[in-house]
Amino acid sequence: MSGRLRDFLLARVATRVLRRLPDVEPAERPGEPGVPPPNIERELPSSAGAERAVLAALALATLAAAAFIVLYVAFPDTQLLGLSLGLSLVAFAVALVVAGKRVVPQETAVEEREDFGDAQRQEEVRAIVRRGGDGISRRRMLIGAAGAAGATIGAAALVPAASLGPRVGDRLRQSPWRPGRRVVDADGTPLTVGDIEIGGFRTGFPEGAKRDELGSPVIVVRLEEDEIELPEAQRAGMPSGVIAFSKICPHAGCAVSIYRHPLYEPTEPRPALVCPCHFSTFDVRRGGELLFGPAGRPLPRLPLSIGSEGELIADGEYTENYGPSWSGVRQERGET
Amino acid sequence: MIGDPVRFVDERLNTASLVRKALRYVFPDHWSFMLGEIALYAFLVLVGTGIFLAFNYVPSDAETVYRGTYEPLRGTPMSEAYKSVVDLSLDVPAGLLIRQTHHWAANVFIAAIVLHLVRILFTGAFRKPREINYWIGLTMLAVAILEGFLGYSLIDDLLSGMGLAIAYSVALATPVIGADVALLIWGGEYPGATVFWDRIFTVHILILPLLLAGLISLHMLILTKQHHTQFPGPKRTERNVVGTPLWPGYALRSLGLLFATAGVLFLLGGLVQINPVWLWGPYEPYLSTNAAQPDWYLGWLIGGLRIMPPLEPVIGDYTLVGNAFFMGALFPLVAFGVLYLWPLIDRRWSGAGERHELLDRPRDNPRRSAALVAFLTWVAIPFVAGATDRVFYRLGVPYDLQIWAFRVLFVVGPFLAWLVARRIFEDLHDRDAHPLRGWTGRVVQRNARGGFETLGAYDGRTRGEGGAERDEATVAADVPAER
Amino acid sequence: MSRARGILRRLRAPVAVVCGGVALASVAAPAPSPVPALSQAANERTALLAPTSDRAALLPEGRRLFVDACSSCHGEDARGIAGRAPSLRGVGELAADFYLRTNRMPLDAPDDQPTRHPSNALSTQQKRAIVAYIGTFGGPPIPEVHPERGSLPAGRRLFAERCAGCHQIVARGGQAPGAQIPDLEGVAPLDVAEAVDIGPYVMSRFRSLSDHEVDSIARYVAYAKDPEDHGGWGIGHIGPIPEGMVTWLLAAFALLLTIRIIGERTTR
Repeated sequence: MSGRLRDFLLARVATRVLRRLPDVEPAERPGEPGVPPPNIERELPSSAGAERAVLAALALATLAAAAFIVLYVAFPDTQLLGLSLGLSLVAFAVALVVAGKRVVPQETAVEEREDFGDAQRQEEVRAIVRRGGDGISRRRMLIGAAGAAGATIGAAALVPAASLGPRVGDRLRQSPWRPGRRVVDADGTPLTVGDIEIGGFRTGFPEGAKRDELGSPVIVVRLEEDEIELPEAQRAGMPSGVIAFSKICPHAGCAVSIYRHPLYEPTEPRPALVCPCHFSTFDVRRGGELLFGPAGRPLPRLPLSIGSEGELIADGEYTENYGPSWSGVRQERGET
Repeated sequence: MIGDPVRFVDERLNTASLVRKALRYVFPDHWSFMLGEIALYAFLVLVGTGIFLAFNYVPSDAETVYRGTYEPLRGTPMSEAYKSVVDLSLDVPAGLLIRQTHHWAANVFIAAIVLHLVRILFTGAFRKPREINYWIGLTMLAVAILEGFLGYSLIDDLLSGMGLAIAYSVALATPVIGADVALLIWGGEYPGATVFWDRIFTVHILILPLLLAGLISLHMLILTKQHHTQFPGPKRTERNVVGTPLWPGYALRSLGLLFATAGVLFLLGGLVQINPVWLWGPYEPYLSTNAAQPDWYLGWLIGGLRIMPPLEPVIGDYTLVGNAFFMGALFPLVAFGVLYLWPLIDRRWSGAGERHELLDRPRDNPRRSAALVAFLTWVAIPFVAGATDRVFYRLGVPYDLQIWAFRVLFVVGPFLAWLVARRIFEDLHDRDAHPLRGWTGRVVQRNARGGFETLGAYDGRTRGEGGAERDEATVAADVPAER
Repeated sequence: MSRARGILRRLRAPVAVVCGGVALASVAAPAPSPVPALSQAANERTALLAPTSDRAALLPEGRRLFVDACSSCHGEDARGIAGRAPSLRGVGELAADFYLRTNRMPLDAPDDQPTRHPSNALSTQQKRAIVAYIGTFGGPPIPEVHPERGSLPAGRRLFAERCAGCHQIVARGGQAPGAQIPDLEGVAPLDVAEAVDIGPYVMSRFRSLSDHEVDSIARYVAYAKDPEDHGGWGIGHIGPIPEGMVTWLLAAFALLLTIRIIGERTTR
């Protein structure tokens, strides 16, 4: 007992002294393994205070982790769980850092770097590779043939990627809209001309078709007929000033869900449909022409007609390819 | 006691000499060398939390109707995927904690990689012999961004659906092959075939994490082979490395950082709400919301898409490329291209294919640092432009005016940044002083006619050339002479 | 002293990062708005006039105040002045109540966007008088709204389809080019019912909504003011912008501070 006490006191004195003297330890003594190699500046900073701090942090980490377990079983509230687990981890981090900086020996070592790039060894590698071809007469031809085989095998390995999906063909151009198809709302109820008020909008879908295709949703608005700023030839499909546009922005595919409609136009901006992703702004009065923003094409319009009971009916295809642009989006429209 | 495991392992694997070397492996002391470690530890948290999430997620677009505990969504049609995340968040014990921690960890992971990259760039740590490891690191940044985007997309909430629609549009807008590639990825026209959800799930939880893990291992393997770089200092040369050995000091500090990172992430995960998907609601292609944003690391792309003028080049009747391609794909490709080529560009400027183990401070190479500032400005301008709608909403600065300003800035900004940065770095280089210490200015005196005369100028750039001393001498000589 | 300086020196880089972050954040931050109209304004939440209010007694003062406060734009006869402001004939007590109760009117300049204010120069009694006076020109009465009768899920679905494009799914406001779109955090159910009927400024109008649908939307709007934050601190409910700021200003800052402390040997 007294021996251990004496050792402890000696150690304390030793650490005190050593801490005051930044000591460079002597070079490695022969026959004593485990002693640090040369070029090490070493200091033993441990103090009772630091060790107590580590113990306290570890105790806190244990308690908080235990609290997490109890909470998980008894009262799994997200905030309390996060707090207990987070605190436990942080306390453990504090323990490790204090131990790393104030308890264990602090050392600064110098290590020499190895040399990179030995010219002689590089030459040996080249020579070994070269010697692998000794005695072969048609070396180039063999290498060429192997290269061709490798490239073809690689291509063969890649080709099945084409089975991941369909080819473009007509897929991007075929919307579910057909002449005569009724426009219905999200609940499947047909929209009538009376549902569309000036200054309001409704979202419409082709009756009986899937709603989550990009070709499906239209945003239906209504203007006074004398508001429309289009030549007579382009006014077809807007009965009673009711106009349907594709609800999918031709820029980046978001839903065009902003209908900016001025209550009193002289002091307010003109009517426009706007996409909230990148704010492409389309002129409702000019058939969806771009007013501002990044879209490269106008908002496609779906011609409408009105049925006997006032219901809105598709009267043809979109005026443009619907959905975001791709190479050839215009040309393909021209063909159809 | 400790002898046993050492003997047990060594007699079977003969690793004692390796372990001995590893324990005394030297880490140079500088705090900025730990940025990459934050990323590494965030990745560990991502893997741990991700496994839990993967077991609770249903990768399916099959339609179902919500009948769970969250009232505002009751009776709402939604995909199985979205429903599984709402259930995980609101009904699975600790589910929300782990989901939020995962999301915070993703944000921090990429932030740490970016900070690490910026440190590497400005200190010239990418130079020989570290070009290969730099390229690996850069690849990890690209993979991490894609991985983060996929995680955000898997949930099938309103925001993730809008993000996927934009990603589809960017793919579609790519010249010539775009439409085919987009249809291959999505298995058909957007929103895609059912199998699309299995695909992005597999890519998110298996392929990209494995790729990242592999690249991280390679990154660290090369690191241990080459050692860290170090800043110049006493005893430090191009042929040695001075610092703390792994055992015990550095190991404890670094493990401390692991637990600190995990602790911060779990605290955020429990206390600060991130991506409350139950509030966003399910996605349908005909729905969108104002002020939608991607996670921060894609902010530069949404801003870019907004400031792009409505260009869609057409030859005759043939559209060459969709607008979304330019800032959604070309811009990041060019940005990453520049970063990949950076070591080669820098070598052309700085010459000499020598091995560099001592780092530059940013001022030590004003041309490199100024060019980097210009590049980062170029990337940051669209990032800031991503907030134009909120700036209009908050401050009333007209939206179109802001967009025009950013269009001009995107072109002019990097040059201005280059001029200013070059000046500052050269100044720092010449004075070798801290930017905020010391002073520059003139001593002026009012003469009899009421004018001012400069007695001495201190531009701070003359140290070592006798300039400052000369000016002081001039002041001393001139002042009495005037009287 | 030197120790303190050492700490300061070590904090330099994190502080620089934070300053940069703050500068960046100030652009996107949900900071206190200089436009009070867009913040939560404490307007009166109930109609200025009840169906049973005695309107006749208010009319003389209403007429006088209208000439004082409104006629310079809307004309002495309330038929509007071309290029300045619309006619108020036929807008009814509904629109008058909406614009006056939320202090959107009177405007400083006719081109301004009318926005919500906590108060203005008119007293409640004066506003009541003007509402009664405008009501004499005909038009819809002040609607009744009963959010408690509405359905929260139905309201959420309607809001997602009709309103979220502008007001944001959690009703935190946004923009349509040319117009700031107000958040709905401070609005009363009555504001919702009136606004869907009027379509103020550039807002769409939704007169075809049934009473139950309006009640449901009003109920969702009231819910969205203070939604269920199971995840903890809601950081404004606008998604990735504040999340990015927390990432950089809280998490990255804390971790930078950590590595600044543990990155180097400090004894010696």
